Amino acid sequence: MSDWPILSIVTFLPLVGAALLLLINGEEATVARNSRWVALWTSGFTFLVSLMLWVNFDATTADFQFVEQADWMPGLNISYHMGVDGISVLFVLLATFLTPICILSAWEAIQKRVKEYMIAFLVLETMMVGMFSALDGLLFYLFFEGVLIPMFIIIGVWGGQRRVYAAFKLFLYTLLGSVLMLVALLAMYFEAGTTDIPTLMEYGFDYNMQLWLWLAFFASFAVKVPMWPVHTWLPDAHVEAPTAGSVILAGVLLKMGGYGFLRFSLPMMPLASETFAPLVFTLSIVAIIYTSLVALAQQDMKKLIAYSSVAHMGIVTIGAFTFNQHGIEGSIFQMLSHGVVSGALFLCVGVVYDRIHTREIDAYGGLVHRMPSYALIFMFFTMASVGLPGTGGFVGEILALLGAFEANTWVAFFAATGLILGAAYALYLYRRIIFGALTKENLKTILDLSPREWIIFAPLVIIVLWMGVYPVSFLDIMHVSVENLVNQVETAQAAAAQAAQLAAN
Amino acid sequence: MGVSMLNLGAALPEMFMAVSALALLMLGVFAGKDKSFRTVSLLAVAAQVITIALVVMGDGGSAFFGQFSADPFAKFCKVLILIGSATGIIMAMNFAERENMARFEFPILISLATLGMMAMVSATDMLSLYLGLELQSLALYVVAAIRRDTVRSTESGLKYFILGSIASGILLYGMSMVYGFTGTTNFTVLGNTLVGGELPLGALVGLAFIFAGLCFKVSAVPFHMWTPDVYEGAPTPVTSFFAVAPKIAGLALFIRVAVGPFGGAVEDWQQIIVLISILSMAVGSFAALRQENIKRLMAYSSIGHVGFALVGLAAGTQEGVTGVLVYLGIYLVMNLGTFAVILCMRRNDRMNEEITDLAGLAKTKPLMAAITAIFMFSMAGIPPLAGFFGKFYVFKAAVDAGLVTLAVIGLVTSVVSAYYYLRIIKVMYFDEPVEGFDRNGTEMNVIMAVATIIILAFVFFPNPLMDSAAVAAASLFGM
Repeated sequence: MSDWPILSIVTFLPLVGAALLLLINGEEATVARNSRWVALWTSGFTFLVSLMLWVNFDATTADFQFVEQADWMPGLNISYHMGVDGISVLFVLLATFLTPICILSAWEAIQKRVKEYMIAFLVLETMMVGMFSALDGLLFYLFFEGVLIPMFIIIGVWGGQRRVYAAFKLFLYTLLGSVLMLVALLAMYFEAGTTDIPTLMEYGFDYNMQLWLWLAFFASFAVKVPMWPVHTWLPDAHVEAPTAGSVILAGVLLKMGGYGFLRFSLPMMPLASETFAPLVFTLSIVAIIYTSLVALAQQDMKKLIAYSSVAHMGIVTIGAFTFNQHGIEGSIFQMLSHGVVSGALFLCVGVVYDRIHTREIDAYGGLVHRMPSYALIFMFFTMASVGLPGTGGFVGEILALLGAFEANTWVAFFAATGLILGAAYALYLYRRIIFGALTKENLKTILDLSPREWIIFAPLVIIVLWMGVYPVSFLDIMHVSVENLVNQVETAQAAAAQAAQLAAN
Repeated sequence: MGVSMLNLGAALPEMFMAVSALALLMLGVFAGKDKSFRTVSLLAVAAQVITIALVVMGDGGSAFFGQFSADPFAKFCKVLILIGSATGIIMAMNFAERENMARFEFPILISLATLGMMAMVSATDMLSLYLGLELQSLALYVVAAIRRDTVRSTESGLKYFILGSIASGILLYGMSMVYGFTGTTNFTVLGNTLVGGELPLGALVGLAFIFAGLCFKVSAVPFHMWTPDVYEGAPTPVTSFFAVAPKIAGLALFIRVAVGPFGGAVEDWQQIIVLISILSMAVGSFAALRQENIKRLMAYSSIGHVGFALVGLAAGTQEGVTGVLVYLGIYLVMNLGTFAVILCMRRNDRMNEEITDLAGLAKTKPLMAAITAIFMFSMAGIPPLAGFFGKFYVFKAAVDAGLVTLAVIGLVTSVVSAYYYLRIIKVMYFDEPVEGFDRNGTEMNVIMAVATIIILAFVFFPNPLMDSAAVAAASLFGM
């Protein structure tokens, strides 16, 4: 089995499903039903195949595994190079895990142009998986940007009132960041003669060049993460996107930025990363405190969760730039758990939105009386978002903060205030929606979770608990790769320091 | 093959083209004026297809005593040009019959223009260059005004003629300056004379004039003013032809002049090209933002694309030229596809040209909307579509040549231009539908389908186009 190009299968299987969907024709209701099933089967099967990656993954080495390399543009020395290591394999799984859930969640919510919707999601899955497994800069860029096409369509066609504005903002913001990254990639290509990521990691660019490259990559990844002050596209995109779009956006797309830092900025530009770490810390701390306060004042459920994402991702970027084992592992873990938890929270919003068709917090209240199961699920994910021990959110945050503490106590101090504020806005939201008297007329007949919704939430609950109770099964996978990354960064920084000392003598 | 030979064989495709155009003219005249339109058109297309075969099979070499060269560069560009014109004639056939412009002269004029372009890209002497250019331009002036009974078409033809003549004059003046200061019009001799040393000031001034003339022909800023008016005014099939074949020929000529005789003086002209390129990209992006007419929008879009292509030329390297050629190949496909869409914007048997007419196309014609969206994303340069690779190659060459600032400016303007391409997608997908369009012609569906397949498949099979472009560029630098 190990000879099979598993990564390519996982990457392109959804595309095959999308092609199948194109062939479906006929009456509208039939098309819609068949499209849903084809999409669900494709993404479900993709997830099963991707589990092969998990099962066969060798956690004792930091090398890239499941590597595939084929000629693509031999004239330019650019190849189709795929592979995963301990850092990326979990993100691949995150993407393949969330896609079937998204498709399931759109089962009844999406009634118009179902076929196109499913095609967009399957194409999106191909792009996401490809991005996390690409080992060539150009290939990476291809998938990184390609995500924008289905996302633009998803928000623009199936989104809310201001969907056009949100779709344009998402697209242009991200594109502007990305083109700078393209220039940096080209510059690296010119300097090193290749866009092969493992080769570039070994290359060692000189300090001045690193600074420029770092800034260009930062422009792209910071928008994607998103970091304050370039986060403003996110609340708009989240609010206007359909539920499943928000889930993917928060669950996977935001991670592309964090992953980019770990794949490009840290190993390829270690010295510049060190130089700019204070900048990242500052922006992250501002993000954590400022967006948490903003979240407190929100009237719109999705907007509140969107701002909380910015705050959580602040912890991720802090962890990544601590350059130590705890910090980086915490950063990755936080991304994974945030991917699941914030996705689940958007699904929770989706549940009531499908019934009442409003996201205004004030329109709700007292739901616990009619929807006890929903209240339980919502409570669980709210706690996970706050970082209650026993849930995945706790492990990531504590590791990242531990790493931050080792690097700089003040950073850790300010970042930790985010936890308090996080608890404040999350619990405040929960209270306003779930508790209180059930006074609103239209809520009096609201129904509790349907079996389909149970099926959606069950795996999410299991994963979050698993991550919280036994995080080792995830940490083990990334451990060696992160160790390798930390060594790489430290070696480069030590060598530079030594050289500086020699020059001073 | 020596320089001092007539060697007619190298110019076989051109001769075939010329003879077939004249034969078709006879056919048209004797078969009766308006009845023969369809026959002549089809025969003209067939002649162009045969010419493509002749071009591909020809053994190359130089002809007419060093005035003409059928090197791989010329071959590559000729194939692109011929594909553009043949498709242009096919796209015009049904339109012409419906819109009362079914005159048999139309395909013949296109053929003659194409002949001029073929001569242009093969020219290795200022004189043969000018001959080809004028043959092309004169035929195009008439084509622009082919619907002589409508004010807009006539106006567009007249504008094009007056401004084009001035540009030709400027070009000719530049050539005379170069000749005056170097004593030769032959590219090879010029290249040998100018190699190594500083360019004489007079020759440099001459070169600037030549560039100005060429900028007009490819509608690069600041000589672009005619483009939106002519594109809007000319009948749509003519516009689609204008947007493709003459651009390719003009840019090929630009390359040939810049890196051929003046290849030794890259530093002298690089800054000119950089400036023109930046201006073209900027104007192409910003001015298109508020256009409502889709033909005008395509005019600005083409100005922008010329700017991007010139980024590759600005590098002045073999790699840059390869990039431009790849860009042109992809540009050809995207533009033909997009104009096929524009030509299908017919409602109740009338043409529509406003962007808002596309509203809700995703509901009324989902497949056509999806195809148009692919074209637009590709034009905006979003991977993994072909348009991205065109940009990738030219910007890669620019970065390699140290023109990082140019690359950054170019890519930022491409973000701006993404806005108006996205706007078309927005109108099609997000807006409420208006009345649907009439049925598409079969030929349009075929063109759209082929273009879509090429744009989607390029990411998987980039090498055929890239390799032939690389060979073509190498032949220019091997001189």
